[in-house]
Amino acid sequence: MADRDFLVGVFVCEQDLLAATHAAREAGFKIHDAYTPYPVHGMDEAMALPKTLLPRLCFLFGAAGLLLAVLFQCWVGLIDWPMNIGGKSFGARPALIPIAFELTVLFAGLGTVISFLVLRRLFPGREPECAGLGASDASFVLAFATPETEQLRGTLNRLLLERGAKSVREASSR
Amino acid sequence: MSARVSPLREPWVDGGKTLARITEDVCAPLERGPAPSWYWGLGASLTALLIGKIVVVHQIWTGIGTWGLNKTVGWSWDITNFVFWVGIGHAGTLISAILFLFRQKWRTSINRAAEAMTIFAVMCAGLFPLIHMGRPWLAYWVFPYPNELGPLWVNFRSPLLWDVFAISTYFIISATFWYVGLWPDLATVRDRSQGLRKKIFGVLSLGWDGSHRSWSRYETMYLLLAGLATPLVFSVHTIVSFDFATSVIPGWHTTIFPPYFVCGAIFSGFAMVMTLMIIARKVMRFEEYITLRHIDAMCKITLLTSMIVALAYGTELFMAWYSGNPYEQFAFLNRIYGPYRAGYALMVFCNVLVPQALWFKAVRRNPLWVFPISILINVGMWLERFVIITVSLHRDYLPSSWTMYYPTYVEIGTFLGSFGLFFTCFFLFCRFLPMIACSEVKAISTFAQENRETPRG
Repeated sequence: MADRDFLVGVFVCEQDLLAATHAAREAGFKIHDAYTPYPVHGMDEAMALPKTLLPRLCFLFGAAGLLLAVLFQCWVGLIDWPMNIGGKSFGARPALIPIAFELTVLFAGLGTVISFLVLRRLFPGREPECAGLGASDASFVLAFATPETEQLRGTLNRLLLERGAKSVREASSR
Repeated sequence: MSARVSPLREPWVDGGKTLARITEDVCAPLERGPAPSWYWGLGASLTALLIGKIVVVHQIWTGIGTWGLNKTVGWSWDITNFVFWVGIGHAGTLISAILFLFRQKWRTSINRAAEAMTIFAVMCAGLFPLIHMGRPWLAYWVFPYPNELGPLWVNFRSPLLWDVFAISTYFIISATFWYVGLWPDLATVRDRSQGLRKKIFGVLSLGWDGSHRSWSRYETMYLLLAGLATPLVFSVHTIVSFDFATSVIPGWHTTIFPPYFVCGAIFSGFAMVMTLMIIARKVMRFEEYITLRHIDAMCKITLLTSMIVALAYGTELFMAWYSGNPYEQFAFLNRIYGPYRAGYALMVFCNVLVPQALWFKAVRRNPLWVFPISILINVGMWLERFVIITVSLHRDYLPSSWTMYYPTYVEIGTFLGSFGLFFTCFFLFCRFLPMIACSEVKAISTFAQENRETPRG
């Protein structure tokens, strides 16, 4: 990832972060991201994040697992190699249920996690953004792409400090 | 906004900690050298593991004729231990998934360790069928894979195959759930360390940076995983019980088995979580995180599941009598009055009578009482599986083939070895990974509660 410069406000609690996020967005600044030690509720609205695709993807993966399990078991038991076991029916439907259920869960679970990683572009060796500001410890960081003009930079700086930022500084994406 | 915090609810973490303090406390065991007690514990576990390894090599080399099985009792300690370990695993998923869906905030201090326990317990469980195969290098035969024999497929109508799928899925999903929960904390450790440790945790944390765009999706994903893991935990022990319930053996062929097994599993699992947590909070100095109130809450679930298990014991006896089936009736009379009656009596004592002490708050909040109770429950739940499995088999339809079963040193050694594996993994986990879900505890800490616009649960 190319280095990008950010103007970041560092806060000590989620309440200030939320207030600053609302204020900055209303003032027309485009929020790059926020970095927090735990998920802050209310930030989705404050940052106006779009709805996530994950639940729908989860359903699709689960449906794929279910379909695969049912079709494969039927194909094996009825077409490819029907085995007579104790004279029981070849296509007994209740016997399909346990494996169909397990594969539904397996596909849906793994599919959701992999989708998440792909959508968020997380992978082994990825460089964390805005590291070193303590967001994994106790700081709440709000990052903006550095405004073009000196004047805008000053406005944003003031806005963040007014909303309780402990400090405002420049940071790079690495 | 402290006025918005419910005055009725004490915070789950003691000491009014700041966020930075929580990071310090949770990472402390990883950063300071291990205590001598850790080395002693690991040494003892490795010894048990080594003994297990020796007897496993011996029995695979010689064959499973080294076991105490005979023509009548063809299934005993191996499957008993399998069911015992799978059952223990269930509490981890209950704590991580079901309590999450019920918004039980107290799970945050113990979910990480309980999930780790699940994974290690399922590993121990998987060991037993693997050894029982006799030729474990052919274990992949249990999976349907294209082969040169036709291809000849596995029998999809066999409960034992359902078990293969259930246990594999359970292991994969539990491990995924655990790892997903670890990302933020791995990143915390990464940001605090230098050199090789920073590299390792950097790779493991997948570049997690606490970005809110990620957190928002992460919470959705976590909720979805919890929603998937909840029916999974019920299905797994249901399918384990199908191993028995779909057979025609008196004492096994009952419809009560799935709920009975699931409750028993959660019961035994909570007992094991309490055993581990009572030791861990002392040894790792986590008394302010895993408080007496946490133990109290776990005791309440244990008491509830104990009574469901007791109800199942009663229902089994009632149905045996009410069915009018002489074979069914004999199976239960044999459990109570037969040669293994001591096992049955001890089972009822440990699983039904002992947990009644948990009605008293003074007992629930005193680890010196809870610890021995949790051990007794583990013993009782192991005996339950032995009573169900072996005692139903040893006196079958033909009195001339009635016999007794006694384990050999090989079976005892293997069981010991499984404890060795379990505790070795657990000791390593406590030393090298954050044992408490740091980010989750931060979200419910007093500091976070007091600096929050809107109250959340």
